[in-house]
Parts: sequence; structure tokens; C-alpha cells
Amino acid sequence: MTTARTARLRRSLVPMVALAGAGALVLTGCSAGGGGSEGSGDGASEFTYLSLTENTAVADILTGLSTGACKAENDALPLKITNQPQASFDQQLQLLAGQDALPTIFAAGNTPQLAKDLNDNGQLLDIQSTFDDLGVSDDLLPAATSTIESLYGSVIALPTEFNVEGLWYNKQILEQNGITPPTTWDELTDAAATLKAAGVQPFSASGEQGWPLTRLVGNYLFRTIGPDALQKVADGDAKLTDPEYVEAAAAVAELGSEGYFGEGVGSIDYDTSLNTFTTGKAAFLYMGSWALSAFNADTNEIGAENIGFVAFPDVAGGEGSNAQLAANVGVPIAVSKKAYNEKVGAWLSCIADNYGAASLGDQGVLSGFTVNDDAVEVPPLTAELQTTIDESSDSVLWFEALFDAQATTTSQTNAAQLVTGAITPEQFMELVQADLGN
Amino acid sequence: MNNVFGNKRAVLVFVGPALLIYTVIMLVPVLWSLGYTLFTGSVITGFEFSGLDNFAKLFSDPKVGEALLFTLKYAVILTVGQVLVGYALSLLYVFWLRKASSLVRTLVFFPIVLPTVAVSLLFQKMFEVAPQNGIVNEFINLFGLPSVDWFGSPDTAFLVLVVMDIWRSMGFYAVLLYAGLLDIPEEVMESARLDGAGGWTLIRRIVIPMSLPVLLSSIIFSINGTLKVFDSVLALTNGGPGSSTTPLTLLMFRTAFSYGDYGYGSTIALLLTVICLLVTIFIFRSSRRDLTKG
Repeated sequence: MTTARTARLRRSLVPMVALAGAGALVLTGCSAGGGGSEGSGDGASEFTYLSLTENTAVADILTGLSTGACKAENDALPLKITNQPQASFDQQLQLLAGQDALPTIFAAGNTPQLAKDLNDNGQLLDIQSTFDDLGVSDDLLPAATSTIESLYGSVIALPTEFNVEGLWYNKQILEQNGITPPTTWDELTDAAATLKAAGVQPFSASGEQGWPLTRLVGNYLFRTIGPDALQKVADGDAKLTDPEYVEAAAAVAELGSEGYFGEGVGSIDYDTSLNTFTTGKAAFLYMGSWALSAFNADTNEIGAENIGFVAFPDVAGGEGSNAQLAANVGVPIAVSKKAYNEKVGAWLSCIADNYGAASLGDQGVLSGFTVNDDAVEVPPLTAELQTTIDESSDSVLWFEALFDAQATTTSQTNAAQLVTGAITPEQFMELVQADLGN
Repeated sequence: MNNVFGNKRAVLVFVGPALLIYTVIMLVPVLWSLGYTLFTGSVITGFEFSGLDNFAKLFSDPKVGEALLFTLKYAVILTVGQVLVGYALSLLYVFWLRKASSLVRTLVFFPIVLPTVAVSLLFQKMFEVAPQNGIVNEFINLFGLPSVDWFGSPDTAFLVLVVMDIWRSMGFYAVLLYAGLLDIPEEVMESARLDGAGGWTLIRRIVIPMSLPVLLSSIIFSINGTLKVFDSVLALTNGGPGSSTTPLTLLMFRTAFSYGDYGYGSTIALLLTVICLLVTIFIFRSSRRDLTKG
């Protein structure tokens, strides 16, 4: 190679090297932040909300507030909503938390353990003390805060929903078959047998989601062993493989073996299970009161007036009672401590004052906030449920409430197999107990 | 050119940037992940040194055993299926369809360019039993047989998975092997035919031995791809029913990202890497031996 060519080569190499180097830097990215929109140390510059794709209720209400009651707060700190599917939500949250880039507010995750970990790591805002400082503590319903406390140990999430769960039934179908709303397990199974014989699918449930089936197992345990049934398991004082625990799984498995859940329950997704009920193709649906928005909607073909609610029935000789309603706070919303500033505080105050009325008025769904607007029209079915809640003595959680992520996944992914008979009740409980590891 | 490659600085300039990028986005995370195997914890709770605990757990964990077994079963069955069907198709292209094969080749190749999730949704609908029967169950009903809940039991779910993945990939292997078959000199075939070889004898004595190198490449491709199966399982069965169709990759993903146990997840990843390595070495060795003989 001649000297001139070498020099030319060298000259052309210099920008190439520089370009490659710059490219490498861009690619390897010292890209801090990522998904977060936090400013430099002084809190959020946008009111970002990471929502579950499947749950649009909270996002809809916040959007409504941003153009209505909370317009001033929204002008100061604009609301920005991003969605993440429920199945990958915990992963996304962990990723953002690991990068210290949590959004301003976000759904608290699928398992309470994740929010507890975030809180232990100092990443969550203490809602109770913040609300005390803001002077809006009275806007939180005591029943909702106590449910949050029993889930997370302290009030670290906003109760955007306050749900009770139980069996919703199609009044017309029950009447046509001479069935009264069941209050005991035997009445329920008799009703199911009558319905099956009459060619009506007794229960609609999503085996793809799994939890609508494991909820039945959990409730059966609360009725037979008592409200502390699963606390005992969490504390290591009892095992899911104990005979009285396996009995619950066996009872639910029997519903499946009798064919009460219809065909292909493992492939039924959440929406399909809801549609099966609201199109009159199934008599019972175990679901939480968040479904009120679907029941009160125009798409409900059987009409809200045709739907009734009973608590999970008593089991003969059991310690629990059907006055103990299964309760949860739906999709609680946690707040990033790092993102908190005065403007976020203003937004939270506005949410506290207006969320209850907006949720009830727009969606017909009960939230954990007080309803500070007497003019809100409450749909009759919602009002009926409100009465049931007021009459209930106590609340219980759900089957997986005190489990970690792994046991929760195992429980929910194997639920369909339990009712299709692919695994025995003993095997089901063994699988879940193995993941609890105590 | 020799001058350029003889110049160390030039080599550095040409290879350096690529090597740097490769190191930063491939080697560093791999080594990082290797380091994680000695720790327990997550990005939220922090990491704690746990020595070889993760490895001890790996060997006693029934979930890993189940996932490993599924992975191997899937890899073997699918490799055999993909390569056999692909080979049969390539023979069809070369010996029967000949010049008219381009349309068939294109059609059979088409599924490989479709997104896996789309194909999975298609198969979910085809094999659906509820809320309404899919086309497969409708077909079964025609013969008076009851509908089957394909995704309700491990065996049938596995069957659907295998059928879907073979359908998806057979076109690719057919084209790969077709290229190999085209390389067989026409004179050799011609002289074999003159010697009286025809049909099966021709395939067994001439075609198979002469297309062995490309056949082995296909097997390596296939087994390494199938050992790392992830997207089609996630989209079609999500590892279910229960955990019966959960391969090591999905278990690793769930352990690390859903359960937040990065250390144990990395340990499962290491196991998968070792298996891939062993399989590749095994196949390379046997292929080298065969080639020297041939």
C-alpha cells in the first residue's frame, strides 16, 4: 500500500471510528430513566398512571376527573395514562422499580407481596400520613382502609374500588326452575343439579384466569374452618394438604366433575365468562362487585333488574358464616414516593374528594372513598349491594391473598385442571403448598 | 488485502466497534447473569450472596425436572417432525413437482413469515371448544364423535403445539433441504438410474447420503431452536394446563421476572445453555465423523 493510500485510508477511518464509537455509546445506552417521567429530584412533571390494560375503570374515572373536578390540578400536572397487560404487569413494575423510574401512580400489582417489597424498599408513599397532612383522611372509608391494612400491613394504596364478592344469579332462570337463592352449600349443589337436568349451565367461570375457581376453594375454607383458615396456612400452623383443606378443593372439583361449569372451562377467558352470564346462558357467576359496571351497562342483555346477589353459602357444620363477605380493594393504586411533590398532593386531594362520587355515578361501582355528592344517582342493583355490605358483620380475603407470586401462579394455573379432573384435589393442594414452602 | 489484515491497527479498527457492541450487549449480560447464579433476591429487595444454594435447589426442584423433560421431549419430537416433513417436502419439490414447485414452495414457506402470536391465535380458534366449537371439533362432530377440549389435558395440548410448530416451520426446512438436494450432481443421479436404481433405492443409496451435510445442518438448526422454544408455547398454551407444557425457557422467565428471583432464574438459564452446548458439541462431533467417512 502506498503512503498516499495509507493516508487516505487513515483519513477516512477517523470519522468511521468516531461514528462507530458514537453509535456504540448510543446503543449501549447510558439511558437512565426509561419509562418514568420524573424530573430531577423535585417530583413528577406529569401525573403518570400505569394502568392494567384489563381494568379501564380507574383510567376512565381519572380521565373524567382531569377534565372536570380536577381540571386545575390537571393543568398544573397533566395526567398521562399508559397501559400494561395484567399478565406482565408485575414484571413491568419490577423493572421500573429497579431503574428507580416508577410512574407517579400505578396499580399496586397482582400480588400484595410486590407492593410490600416496594414499600419496604422505601419506594411507596405512605397514604395515611400524606392524607392526614393534606386533611383528606375522612374521605377514606374505614372498611376499605382496614382491608388495605390487612393486605399490605399499612395504608400504602388508594382504594379505588371496594369490592365484595359472592354469587350473582339470574333471577329469571332460578324462578323458572323453582329455585330460591341458595344460602347453604347443599342448596347450591342441589340447585346446580336441577339446572343441569333442565339443560341450563349452572355456573359460568373463567378457567383461563383461574382465580374465579380458586375463589370458590378459598370461600369454602372460610365457611368450614373459619375466617382465619388461610392465615393459619400463612403462619405455618396448618397446611393446605391437611384433610379439612383438601375437602374444599374436593368440593369444587366435584362441581367440575358434574359438568356444572360447562364445556372447556380452561379456555374460557374473563370476558367470555361475564358474557355467558349477561347473555342468560348461565345461572350463577362468582364475581366481585366490580362487575356492577358491566351489569349496569346497556350491553347486559338480561338486564340489571334480573340479577341478584347472595354471599357464598354456608357449609353445614362449618365455623364460618355467610355474613362474612369476601372483600377486596380491586385494583389499589400506589403512589411513588420519589414522584411526590405539591402538585401530586393537589391531585391526590382532588381524587380523595371526588373519586367516590365519580366512581358511583359514572360506573355504578363502589369505591373505598366517601361519596361527597348527594346528587349522585345510584343504580338499584348497586344500592341493593350497598345494603348487603352494610348488613355484613365481617370480611374475609381470598384464597391467594396471603400467598407469594409463585404460589399464586401455581394455584391459578392449576385451577382449571382441578375442575376438569386432570389433577386430584390432593395434587392441587400439594402443588400450591409446595410453593408456599412452609 | 493481505496487507490490511496484516495491519493490527486496521484489524482493530474494523473489528473493534462490532466487538465492543457485541461485548456490551451480549457478553456482559451473559457474564452478569452467570454472576447472578450465586445470589438470591431481586432488584427491589436487593441481592444477597447465597453461594451454591441455587444449584442445590436446581437439582431438587421437581418443576425444573418436569420442565427439562418437557423441553427434551418437545425438542426431539419436533426436530424429528420438522426435518422429516421438511425432507419429504423437499423430495416432493425435486422429484415430483420439479419446475412447477415454486408456487407450492412459496405457499408452504408462507407460515414461517407470519408472527408466532398470530399463528397461535389461529390455532387456538381452530382447536377451540368453548364458547364455540372450532373447525377441528366441528369436523370431529361430523363423524358423530364428541368435541375434544384440546387445551384441557396435557397430551392433547402438546399435540396441538407440535402440529402448529411443524406446520409453521416445515416450509423453512423444506427450502433448506431443497437447496441441498439441488446440489446433488445430475450425472450421479443419471448414472444411478442407468444402473437400474429407481424410486426408494435411489433415495436411500444416493439422495440421502449425498444430502447428509445439509440434513445435519437442519438437525442442528432445529434442535437448538426447539430447545429454546418460548414464544409459541407462551402464546398458545401459556405453559398449561397447569405447568404441563412449560419448557425451561418459560420457567426461567417466570422465575426471574414474575417471581422476582433473578438468581434462580439465571441458574435455570445456565442449565439451558449447558444443554444447548452439549447437544451442539454432540451433533458436531458425530457430523464430523460421518463426513470424513463419506
